[in-house]
This record gives sequence, C-alpha cells and structure tokens, in this order.
Amino acid sequence: MATSPKLDAKIPDGPLETKWTKYRSTVPLVNPANKRSLEIIVIGTGLAGASAAATLAELGYKVKAFCFQDSPRRAHSIAAQGGINAAKNYQNDGDSVYRLFYDTIKGGDYRARESNVYRLAEVSGNIIDQCVAAGVPFAREYGGLLSNRSFGGTQVQRTFYAAGQTGQQLLLGAYSGLQRQVGAGNIAMYTRHEMLDVVMIDGKCRGIIARNLITGELERHFGHAVLICSGGYGNVFYLSTNAMGSNVTAAWKAHKKGAFFGNPCFTQIHPTCIPVSGDHQSKLTLMSESLRNDGRIWVPKKKDDNRPADQIPEDERDYYLERRYPAFGNLVPRDIASRAAKERCDAGYGVGTSKMAVYLDYYAAYERYGKGEVNKRGIHNASADQILQLGKAVVKEKYGNLFDMYKQITGEDPYQVPMRIYPAVHYTMGGLWVDYNLMTTVPGLYALGEANFSDHGANRLGASALMQGLADGYFVIPYTIGAYLASEIRTKAISTDHPAFVQAEKEVNDRITKLISIKGTKSPEAYHKELGKIMWDKCGMARNEQGLKEAIQEIRALKKEFWSNVKVMGDVDEFNPELDKANRVADFIELGELMCMDALDRNESCGGHFREEYQTEEGEAKRDDENYMYVSAWEYQGESQWELHKEELNYENIKIAQRSYK
Amino acid sequence: MEGNMNLTLQVWRQKNSRTEGRMETYQLSGISEDMSFLEMFDVLNEQLVHEGKDPVSFDHDCREGICGACSMYINGRPHGPLQGVTTCQLHMRSFKDGDTIVVEPWRAQAFPVIKDLVTDRAAFDRIISAGGYISVNTGNAQDANAIPVAKENADASFMAAACIGCGACVAACKNASAMLFTSAKISQLALLPQGEAERTARAKKMVAQMDEEGFGACTNTGACAAECPKGISMENIARMNREFFVAEIGTKD
Repeated sequence: MATSPKLDAKIPDGPLETKWTKYRSTVPLVNPANKRSLEIIVIGTGLAGASAAATLAELGYKVKAFCFQDSPRRAHSIAAQGGINAAKNYQNDGDSVYRLFYDTIKGGDYRARESNVYRLAEVSGNIIDQCVAAGVPFAREYGGLLSNRSFGGTQVQRTFYAAGQTGQQLLLGAYSGLQRQVGAGNIAMYTRHEMLDVVMIDGKCRGIIARNLITGELERHFGHAVLICSGGYGNVFYLSTNAMGSNVTAAWKAHKKGAFFGNPCFTQIHPTCIPVSGDHQSKLTLMSESLRNDGRIWVPKKKDDNRPADQIPEDERDYYLERRYPAFGNLVPRDIASRAAKERCDAGYGVGTSKMAVYLDYYAAYERYGKGEVNKRGIHNASADQILQLGKAVVKEKYGNLFDMYKQITGEDPYQVPMRIYPAVHYTMGGLWVDYNLMTTVPGLYALGEANFSDHGANRLGASALMQGLADGYFVIPYTIGAYLASEIRTKAISTDHPAFVQAEKEVNDRITKLISIKGTKSPEAYHKELGKIMWDKCGMARNEQGLKEAIQEIRALKKEFWSNVKVMGDVDEFNPELDKANRVADFIELGELMCMDALDRNESCGGHFREEYQTEEGEAKRDDENYMYVSAWEYQGESQWELHKEELNYENIKIAQRSYK
Repeated sequence: MEGNMNLTLQVWRQKNSRTEGRMETYQLSGISEDMSFLEMFDVLNEQLVHEGKDPVSFDHDCREGICGACSMYINGRPHGPLQGVTTCQLHMRSFKDGDTIVVEPWRAQAFPVIKDLVTDRAAFDRIISAGGYISVNTGNAQDANAIPVAKENADASFMAAACIGCGACVAACKNASAMLFTSAKISQLALLPQGEAERTARAKKMVAQMDEEGFGACTNTGACAAECPKGISMENIARMNREFFVAEIGTKD
C-alpha cells in the first residue's frame, strides 16, 4: 500500500528523538510587527481552543475565539475527571518520554502516527509546568510536591490529578489565560456563537460564517487561519458522556469544504459509566477510570444470580478482568475492559434490574487503606468495623466527589453497596485528518484536540485527552502555524463583502430557512434518538458487515425523513435552542453514514473498532496489519459520496506486536 | 410513560430581554422519579412541541454538575431543595406526586434575562478578565516541582477553585452580591506561591470590576455559601476582604 498523493503528513526527516527539536528551530517565524496584522479564528474554548487562543494572543496575533456556550469556561473539557499524563518520572518508577510514546502507540493498537505521538510525549512535561505556574491546584503529597496515580494501559504512575475534577481545574487554568488576553484586548471573545460554515477563497480558508445564538443573526468573520477546536462527535450516538451541546457541526462544515475526515469509525466506549435507567435518559455519566485503581470489577459466577452483592460469597464472584488479564488486571485499557463487560452481560451474568451492568467494588480497598491508617496511627487491636471506617475515609478523600455523584444519580450509597457500571460512548479518536503541523487538507484550516484524528490511533489511553488538548494548544500550534502564516504576511485582511463570504452566508441562511419551514411532525430530539439507536446497535461496541450495511440504508432513510418531517419550533431571529439542535442533528446524521462506511471498510478489529468477524478464539481483537495499517482519510464528494484516501503508517521505532495485557 | 408522578409546573416565560415575562402553568404526568430535573423539563418541552407551543429555554450542558450552565431557581432556592447539588443532578425522587413546582430564572440586575430561564452571566467572565489569573505566558514556567506547596494550602486552594461559576450565590443573595464567586478565585490564587506577585493588584482590580457590574454588597447573611452547589465557604469572603484591605492600605496607587 502506498500513501495517497493527496495526503502529505509533512513529517520532518531525521531520527524520531530529534524531529521536533530540529523542526521547531527551523520552522519559519513571523516577526512581532507582522503578527499584529495576522488574524486567527479559534472555534471552541475547551483545553485545545482556550490554550491555543491564549498562547497565540500572547505571541501577538489578533485572535477571535468562538464558543456556543454562555461562557468559554463551560466547554466540555471541564467534565474530565481522572487526570492528565506526563512523562515526568517524578515517581522514579521508570517512566520516560519513550515509554509514554510506546504506551500510547500500543494503547492505540498501532494505528497512530509515530512522529505526532512522540512529540506529544516530549511536550507532556511542559504542560504540567505551565499549568502549575498558572495556578492549577494539582493534588500534592505532604512534602509539598505533586502527587501521581495510575491509569489504564500503563505500569507507571504518571497521571497528575486534582481529585476527580482534573479537567475542570485545567480548563479553568486555560480559561483564565484566555480571559487575561480578552481583558488585554488581544482576543475578541464571541460567546453563544456557533460556526456554521468555512469560507474558502482561492483554495484557502479565509474565514467563517457564525450565528449569534441570541439574536439569530448571521455574521461573517475574516481570518488568515481558522483553528477547529470543537471537540469530538460522541453525541452521534445520542447517549454518551458528552455534554448535551457537544456536536460535530464545525468539523463537519470543514469536512464538506474539503478537509478530509480521518478514521471516523474509531470511537471509544468507556467501561465505567453509570448504567442507563430508562427511556427518559438524556445523557450518560462517567465514573472516572481512576476508580479502577482501587476498585475491583466482578460479576456473579452463576447466571441470573439475583442475590444482592453482599450475599454473594467471595468464591462465587468472577473477577473477570483479573482472571483474563493477570498482568494488568482491572487496569487494562478501556476498549478491552468495555468489551469484557459486554461479553459477561451478553452471556447472562449481568447485575442490577436491567442485567446490563457489572459491579465495581471498593470493599477490598476499604480494608487495605483502613489497615494502612491503623498502622499509621498506631492503633492496636482495631475492630474490623474501625478498619472499614478508616478505609472509607481515605477513599472519600481520593474519590469523594465521584461517590457523591453516583449516589445522587442512582439513589444508592456506594459506600454501602458496590457501584453498578456499564460501558458508554465517551470519546472519538477519529476526527479531521491533519498533518504534522495540525493543518487539515485545506490550507489555513487547522484542527486541534479531540477534533483531529492524530494521536490516539484506534483507542485512547485514560488521562491522555487532556494531555493532547493542551499539547496542541500550548506547545504545538504556536510553532507550526508559522509554517503557513510566514507566507501570509502580505495578505491584507479580506473584506467580508467578498463574494465568497456573501455566497457562504446565503447557503447557511437557506439551510436555516429550510429547516424552520419544513414544519413536520417530529422534533429534532426524536430524530437524534433514532439515529443514536441505529449507531449504538450497529456501529457501537461490536460491528459486523451485515449490520453496517443495514445501518447505512437506515441512516439514508432517516435523513430523507428528517428533511421532510422535522418540526422546528420558534423563529430564526431569536434565541432558539430547537433550531440549534436541528442544525446539529442534521450534521450528525450525515456523519453517522460516514462512520458506518469507514467501519465497513476496515475488515479487521483494532482498538475500539471491533468487527465480530475478526477476533481470536479468546475473543480478543484481531488486527490485520498487512492490509489495514493505514489511516483512512475520507474526502467528501457530494451527498452520500466519499472517496477513501489512505495514509500508510510506518513504525520505525517500535516493534509491532499483537497487543497483550495478559 | 415511564413513571407515575403528576406535577404542576409554574414556569417563568419571557420572550426576550425587551419584553415583560410572566408565570405559566403546565401539567405534567408520567414522570419517573429516576429522571433528573432537566429530563423532566425535556419531557415538558417534547409535550410543548407536540402541542405546537414554544418550548421553554434553559441553560444546560454537561448534565453532570460541573460545567455550571444549569441555573434554575426552584421553589425559591437556586438549584432546588437539596444542598451541594446543581439542577442537573437534582432528581425527581426529591419531589412527590401531586407537587406544584415553581421555576424561575436567576434574579439579579447583573444577570439580565435572555429568554425564559436563560440569563446573561458574562459579568463573571469580565471579573475574571480583570485579574483572575496569574500572568504567566506559555513557555515561561519552571519545573512543576521546583516550588513545593504545603498540602494544606494546596488543598484549601483546590477547595476554592471548585467553584463552577453558575451564579447560584448571586441568585441566593438578597443583595445579589458576587462576593462568594469573586472571593473564591482570589482565594485560590492567594493561597498559592505562584499567585503572590500579583496578589494586591488582583484583589483591587477584581473587586473594582465586581462593583462596576452592578452586583450588590455583602451583608454576611451567608445565603450564598448555604446554596452553593460546590460548598464554597464564606471563609473565602473574609480572605478576600483581608486581601482587599491590605491592598488598599499597603500599595502606592
């Protein structure tokens, strides 16, 4: 296989270890005076967007940032719980840049680009430094130094955290940097605005059309470059751990204007979420992967065992992850843990009323921590109950907010009974295809963070999303954007009266007018639910050829029905969340079709993509490196028409092996 | 229908900031106690769409209690009857069959209504812009472990940093004061050695911005802390006052 001529990843020459250092010192620079006249548009204010906007403004560029929320601080990065990885080796347990690189490539099941991942590992340490300097209150030990914990798919402790609110603290750090530049007049912030198209002039991205969500007005904004930092598309499944507003619209518009979409079928199903309780469910809630540090996952050994958890004796419990994967136990990567849970439930061993759940049990941790406390405090002859209580206090300090959240949602006290968990859609590894500079196939159009496809291959390791978002925004784009903008210093700001702006605005306007004038019988929400069901059933945790083919037909039919029968209440020129929703659902429907096509093309199982036809006798994913060691990059060519381009993946610094966590 | 709760809802409806609002009454049935409060509103909105009426606008996003978007004033209390819980994490099991529930937007001059239950809280962003940061450009940082921070200070800083910026403190306060919000950020940074350099300027600028936005004064009633879904303590207000007075007395300008 050879890489398509349309895909130039622009990977610098030279040994892996020096690529980034060397490239960074040779990439063209833009002098401070020129930066002042170069305008950059940033879409989204999560970790990637906020850190990029703040850093580019610090450098002197004129930045405009957009978010659909009422404040940039509410972007969904805020909800990340467990932590952020960095190869600091503060624990002296053998961590290194190479090990983080290796774990990430292996965790991604050998479907990520070596050069990008190595760079990610290299800058990971700087991220922690930057965040601490900006006042992010990470957890610390009594000596005043930073604390670390373990996460899935690794055997070192490299995860930095702030209780179960790491994403919140990191985002508020990046947000304060962004607001500082807003206050200084270097960033113009547009809240409650949604990007609805990319404007192309002479083959380059030159701006956007945005909708003011309060007044409904369409606005034209010019930029020398546009950065899509709008997050992932997990909400295509309707139920996911994403925020209600998380959507693919900005990335999808970019795709339809020429940006190739990379690995759309690579979605991450997170193993530890609170199970669905009924049809009313609007979203799913994650319980941090960090809980697998101390919790043990099990189901009864007997089928359809209806006894309460505490009445099932130890020898009648199946700690199936510890049984199947003794080397990593409960800390296997997410894709493996999720499939193992599905396998047990499908086989009839599930627990709870729905039988679609497994236990996450903290009893052993209470005992272990309790004994530690007893020793620390010099208590002799402690009673079993005293040990348990002391242990619970330790767990409360580490995970208290997560336990509270569980109790709030389920009405059950997790300090008394084991939690019930089940996998849920959480993250999308796929996204806009980007080169080493994070530029899409459209000149001047970039994608950062979860919105791009670049670093996690077919499965992302826990605590690596925060790392990637901030790496892209703080430490990659500020350098790599120079490679493009250095040649743009002679481009004067283009008037938004240019015909390309007028035309793009007209198209957006036509679509909105159409949506609101259909006046059918079903709400956008109802269509979203239907799409989600098709995607979850046929393109979810397990996929097969027949199901995917059916799904494509069903989605096409759904699309047709949507455009003739959707009912959007309210008017165009007012605050209208129903219209916003309809716009987003229309894009999700189109994306869903592409995801199924991609899953159908990939006749192998790897990472989060599990094709039932391709598995080992033990039920593990079976890769086909000979035929599928590529990134699929889809070019939009018209309604339901895509052309597949392949970027061949070369592993020169890592020995490819069947992934094993046994 | 999933459940068997019947409810009467009285909801504030207001088309936009230029028109007057009013309370409307809606009947809902078949509500399950496992639904969240916002899912109950989803049911109401589906019903309204079905009847050809304009659905109720409300802010919400993460629905897991961390983004700070949701903001309903329920039966006279921000985020409803429970303590330490945002509206999205409030579940219908906290209500009874036959209940009447009154839902209003945050009420404060500095948070004008945009539509129905949606308010404009941009004043909070402007307070942060005035000084709620440490001026460290990307790339300036030294090694993260170069400055040890005593665990109790780091923990106290984290507790203050847990604020989600929802505005419940303002809504709860009879003066619509933003002291709890502002003091939480000032405290977070004042408790860390990294925040030391800009400590006095920060307190002065943030307090000045807070006043300019039209928030009221603090009369130490404590409704803010009592209603805060993240348990931000009144101690932060005391700390902010100390920071502010020291800044006022101890600096040249």
